[in-house]
This record gives sequence, C-alpha cells and structure tokens, in this order.
Amino acid sequence: MDVDAVPQEGNRTLGGHRKALYARDADGRMVLVPSRGGEVDETVTVQAIARMNALADDARARALAGITAPLEYWMCAKRMDVPLLSQVTGIWQWRIRRHFRPEKFARLPQHILERYADALGISAGQLRQLP
Amino acid sequence: MNMINEQFRHRHAAHCESGVAAALMSHHGAAISEAMAFGLSSALSFAYLPFVKLTGFPLIAYRMPPRFILRGMAKPFRTRFRFETFRDPAAGMRRLDELLAQGKVVGLQTSVFWLPYFPEDMRFHFNAHNLLVYGKQGDEYLISDPVAEEPQRCAAADLQRARFAKGVLAPKGLLYYPETVGNTEVTPDAVRKAIRKTARIMLGPIPLVGVRGMRMLAGKVARLKPDEYGLNYVGHIVRMQEEIGTGGAGFRFLYASFLQEAADIAGLPELRALAERMNEIGDGWRAFGLKAVRMIKGREAFDPALLAGMLRGQAENEAEFFRALKRAVA
Repeated sequence: MDVDAVPQEGNRTLGGHRKALYARDADGRMVLVPSRGGEVDETVTVQAIARMNALADDARARALAGITAPLEYWMCAKRMDVPLLSQVTGIWQWRIRRHFRPEKFARLPQHILERYADALGISAGQLRQLP
Repeated sequence: MNMINEQFRHRHAAHCESGVAAALMSHHGAAISEAMAFGLSSALSFAYLPFVKLTGFPLIAYRMPPRFILRGMAKPFRTRFRFETFRDPAAGMRRLDELLAQGKVVGLQTSVFWLPYFPEDMRFHFNAHNLLVYGKQGDEYLISDPVAEEPQRCAAADLQRARFAKGVLAPKGLLYYPETVGNTEVTPDAVRKAIRKTARIMLGPIPLVGVRGMRMLAGKVARLKPDEYGLNYVGHIVRMQEEIGTGGAGFRFLYASFLQEAADIAGLPELRALAERMNEIGDGWRAFGLKAVRMIKGREAFDPALLAGMLRGQAENEAEFFRALKRAVA
C-alpha cells in the first residue's frame, strides 16, 4: 500500500481517533501513517455493532412483552453473551438461562442480582428495569 | 499522589503489544521501532481456531498469541520481564502506585470494554489489550495507549475494572516491566533467527496455523451459505484483519517494514525485495477485504466461492513468499 492509498475518508466508529497504518512512501520505505479510516473498516465494525444492537432490541421487545427478563436485555446491551456472562459472574449458563424467565427473575435474591449488576457495570436497581 | 515520568515518550503504534514492547525497550535504552519489536519476536502468523468462539464466530488471528511479543524481547535484549498478577484488585492497584512511585513505567493488560477513552463503537469484550502507565495525577492515571495518537488519562476506578475484567484471557490485573536490559543493540544474528522462526511457523505442519490455516479457512468460507450469517462471517474475518489494530492487512505491512529494517541490520539486501513482495501480499489482503465489503454492502452478489478463491490465492502467495524468505536467511 502506498502512502496516498491510506484510507482517509473517515470512519465514524473511530470517534475522531486516527489509527496507525503502515504504507510505502515516495522513497519506497514503509512508514507509519495515521489513518482516519475508510469504508472497509467502517462497514465491518458497523456490521458487528448492528448485529449486537439487533440482539439487544430483540431482547428488549421480548422483555416488554413479558417473555424474558430485563437481565437478557442488559446482557446484550453490554455486548455480552451467555457464555461470557457465565464466566464473569461464575453462575452456570443453564442457571443464567433460567434467570431469563420473568417469574424466576422476579424472585432472585439480592446477592445474585448484585452479582449480575456488578458484572454488567450497572446497579441492581437498573438491572430490574428496562431503560 | 502526583507522579509523572518525564523521560517517557508516548508513541503512536498500529498494534498494542508491539507498541508497548517498542516503547518500553526504547525507554530502557534499546531504541527500536514497533516493526522491529514485532519482527524480532516472530509475532507474524495466521491462525484459524474454529473451537474458540468470539461472540459466535471463530477466532481468526494474524499474529501469535498475547504476550508473545513481550516474551520475544527477552533473548535479543537479554532482558527479563517481571509479570505480576493479583487476586485482590486493591492489592493490584497498590502495587501499580508503588511501582510508579519508584519511577517505573508499567505495562498493563486490560479489557478494552471498560476503558472510557476508547470510542464507544470500538469497545468490545477483548481482554488482551496492552497499555503503559507512566504517571498519576490525583485520582487519574496517565496512560500511554499505543493505539491512540496522544497520551490518555483514566480514572482509577475505571482502570481497576479494565484490569480485573473476567472472561477469556482474563488479565487478572497483570502488570509487567523489564527488570534489566543486558543488550541495547539489535544483532544480525537475532534478526536472522527471528525470521527463520516466522518462516517455520507459517510453513508449519499444524493444519490450523500458518499457510495451512488460511487454506482451512478458505474451505470454510467456500461452504458458507449465501445468507446473513455468511455475510457476518466474512465481515468478521475482515474485522480481524483490518480493524483490530493490525497496521493494515493483518500485520503484513508492519512485517514489510520490519524486513526493510532487517535488510540493513543483517546485511541481507535480498530482504529489501522480499519486503516489497510482502507489501504486495498485503495489497492482496486488502483486495480481499474490499471485495468482501462490496458484497456486505450489496453492491455485488455474495459469492463465497469467489472469496474462498481469493483466500487460497493469498495462501499460495504466502507459501511461496515464506519459502523464499527461509532461503534468504538460511
């Protein structure tokens, strides 16, 4: 890649940051070039973010309909999945899935709620509700 | 507590670990570039690990596993890194303050998700991000994050969270610093050895690693169905290649830069021509990324077989390249 081929169109997922790429300058040397990013990297990040947001939206709709607990929404909103939440909280995956059932979730003791809330970086009060 | 290491210079880098390694070694008198840290530790690779899942997709890496670069600094510079992990977060933070008070620049392994200065869309649960701490002012740590252009600041509570995140590759508060640096020059012998090792890794016998890993991934891509999952899958490959701090084309451009430096140090002018070839291979990876994105955006029909063919082409080019590289340093 030549220096003038380094993407600079801008990538909104970078939030104004520039990332370092390496490219060939006029003398043929590979040098570090700060890049504003371009379509290729933006597209794949937006795709990954959209996939996670879709999961969160879906969980939210189901939580509103009373089919699942807010816990599932918060897990998705914090970009986690069941295996990861299980690793972070130390609660088995099948128990987490059980806690997605609204009637089970409503009866969770405070210390379990705290463990989830802590792992997700929110308060136990927030965890009980949808934003 | 107010404590700033004035000698330390922040440097922008493509990749967190090679950036941290280069900045730390340079701080301790062995002035090297990021590319040299990356090449000298034989960090270039390729791995396709279908059994390790990241949010439902396999692990695809264009480099060796975390800490490989730091450990790779040991022999060429006759240095020893001290690695410390902590069970108790408070103890981990105390130890960090203690080292800063001694005037040390300290490396940390952190999760990206809990670092507030990271752009929102870049915050994923990735636990093997490296950064340096070079001071503290009040409650804020002064951070040299190699992938950021400028030094950053981070509140103690946030940094603690990031250091003690759990999950795959949990950092457990890992901090590190070199204890002694016995040698500050890069020797021709170290360069040759590092290159030989990279050629061995890339041409090795394990079907998931190196050139064979690329062929395996190509086979998987060829079997993708033309649906949403398939598009997400190829998007995931491109993200690992371009977005996750690689300096472009999955570290191939960074390695080309290393080969140019290596040509002078090792007195092997043929490495210059090979650097040029590595550059072209990098362009091939970028062409693959561009093609995949055109399909994701719907400008072209999604054609898994075509993408798989491009991956196989890359594998062929790299196989040939690393055989030539091996001959050059034999």
